Amino acid sequence: MSKQKPMMQSEAQNASGQKPAQPGSPKQPFLKRYGAFFLLLAAGVAAGLALPDLGRQALSNTLGSLKEMLSVLPPIFVLLGLLDVWVDRATMVKYTGKGSGFKGVLIAFLLGSAAAGPLYAAFPFAGVMLKKGSSLTNVLIFIGAWSTTKIPLLAFEAASMGLKFTLIRLGLSLVGIPLIALVTEKTLRKQDFEEIRSLNGVQ
Amino acid sequence: MFTYILYALAITGLAISFFRDRQKTKMALVKAWKAFENILPQILTIFLVIGFALAIFPPEMIRKLLGSESGIWGVLAAAAIGSVTLIPGFIAFPLAAALLKSGAGYMQLAAFVSTLMMVGIITIPIERKTFGLRSTITRNATAFAFSFVVAIVMGVVLK
Repeated sequence: MSKQKPMMQSEAQNASGQKPAQPGSPKQPFLKRYGAFFLLLAAGVAAGLALPDLGRQALSNTLGSLKEMLSVLPPIFVLLGLLDVWVDRATMVKYTGKGSGFKGVLIAFLLGSAAAGPLYAAFPFAGVMLKKGSSLTNVLIFIGAWSTTKIPLLAFEAASMGLKFTLIRLGLSLVGIPLIALVTEKTLRKQDFEEIRSLNGVQ
Repeated sequence: MFTYILYALAITGLAISFFRDRQKTKMALVKAWKAFENILPQILTIFLVIGFALAIFPPEMIRKLLGSESGIWGVLAAAAIGSVTLIPGFIAFPLAAALLKSGAGYMQLAAFVSTLMMVGIITIPIERKTFGLRSTITRNATAFAFSFVVAIVMGVVLK
């Protein structure tokens, strides 16, 4: 904790300054970003008015997803913010960076498995990890774990599909997730790594 | 239940952070909001698409597609459905259990569950914001292939 001071200061300056590498979209106008959504919404409303039964079902499905999102996402994103602000680069590199070895893989696995919430929430989280210096392999393992070996979901799977089904899938996933991460990383070219770095504002 | 643990963690973290450094806590919240707002347009679009897709293809139709004698075509259909849909696990597993009862095979269900969790065609716009297009496509393609391995192993072991 003591040696993270200088890091934090430079970060603080970055954030309060002219915000150099804001990950993701470079400030696009509201309409451009939400245009597709509003178009689709208009089409949906039109379809719903023409076919009320379908519309009602679609509306209830959409609201269901929205409700799920609003109940799970706030803590995930708050934790993301805290991670971004409090964990400095040196710590992240040490535990999950290149050369963190098996320890890094294990941490990525545990971090992903401890998560709750849909996979799309994992991507911004992964972005923060990349920015802080996690290796791409470990971040991909984190994504794999988040998608498949989430602990609360495993319990649920065992209850509905049986223990044997769950254990076989878990066993295969423990091998498959690192494998997927490695294969993915191996197919990337130099410019792809650079793209990932610039997407997430990695220095 | 697990969501509550997450809330407890987030609230505790925020409280500790607040006592140690108010400025940084504010920054954390700003970053949290920005990260969320960054993917919000895609999320909303996806919800609409999925809402309509599930209204047009209700679970009963999925049940028919994955029926007991559907064989390899059933596995393919299951993998395809799992890849394009976005169903929360807490809905997906009861659905899978119901499918099992109504005669779907373990092989088909394994393909369905595995692709549902690992492959996200519809979330590619969000994934590529972090990982870029090439990495996103490779990861999804590899995970898709992996789901068939899972399906085959299930088919052999659980018959």
